[in-house]
Amino acid sequence: MIIAAVVALYTEELLSAVIALGAVGFGSSGTFLLLRAPDLAITQVVVEVITLVLLIRATMVVGSIKTEGRQRYLPYFLALLAVLFLTTFVFFSFAEMPQFGTPVMERFEDAPSIYYLLRGLDLTGSANQVMSVLLDFRIYDTLGEATVIFTAVLGALTLLRMRGRKQLDGG
Amino acid sequence: MEDNRSLIIKRVSRWMAPFIFLYGVYLALYGHLSPGGGFPGGVVVAAAFILILLARGEPAALSKIPYAVAKELDALGALLFLGVGLAGIGVSGVFFANFIQEFLPGQPLEWFSGGTIIINNVAIAMKVAGSIFLVLYFLSVLRISGEGEVGFSSLEEK
Repeated sequence: MIIAAVVALYTEELLSAVIALGAVGFGSSGTFLLLRAPDLAITQVVVEVITLVLLIRATMVVGSIKTEGRQRYLPYFLALLAVLFLTTFVFFSFAEMPQFGTPVMERFEDAPSIYYLLRGLDLTGSANQVMSVLLDFRIYDTLGEATVIFTAVLGALTLLRMRGRKQLDGG
Repeated sequence: MEDNRSLIIKRVSRWMAPFIFLYGVYLALYGHLSPGGGFPGGVVVAAAFILILLARGEPAALSKIPYAVAKELDALGALLFLGVGLAGIGVSGVFFANFIQEFLPGQPLEWFSGGTIIINNVAIAMKVAGSIFLVLYFLSVLRISGEGEVGFSSLEEK
């Protein structure tokens, strides 16, 4: 995945950059599956396919543009500095973190997640605990998310329909 | 430009689209029992229409899901989702209370369980299906109309 991301950044052809981006998406979907989050994996695959189709289509219309430009070293130097700076902090904070994959409730007895898992089936009747959290315990989050999507689509349609209206009235 | 699409693609998309659509509906309706839920379900439903749109052209897609239907689907999904929340105030006094589960609890692991979660999943699926299809449709309308200065071709200047 990291290799594909680097390829996507540094390749010359736009189309191969898009395809490398798709590889990143499918790789992250596989990672979700390995981390036992099938809900997330399904969403990631489907959204990735649609985004890839859209991007490839856009690339075909635009045509193959080769990126060009002078090599500048100051941004690389700054990026290297930032990476070094963050790595030192992350190194020390990783020592404090529990082992990867350990549930939070094993360290903190009163974590809310244990309550969701124990009482979720009684209180919501939903066998899929992801849904019981998304659509019952934490539904305000979902409401906000739905509002975000609605607003985003509204904005996209407002921008895109400026010339499209002629076709709409005909068909 | 309608004729240069391959016959195989047109045929196969005609056979595949109903199954993709059904899988999306299944994901949304059984989201409370198995992995899935409203958002992936809605995107899969939209993908079925996008497949028709890409493989068989704009008129074929619009005959399956007219523009007005997609628009209303988007708005109705959002309204239904909000309506469930407001009905929670009316019945139980709390915004988004799961009132069906309180008064009419279903058997866990049966389809009728989870109360308002089913309705919310369907609402989100409607919303997402409508809106994602609309965005893709608008982008492809711009491409087909081919008017130079709008749409993707404006990217060329950058």
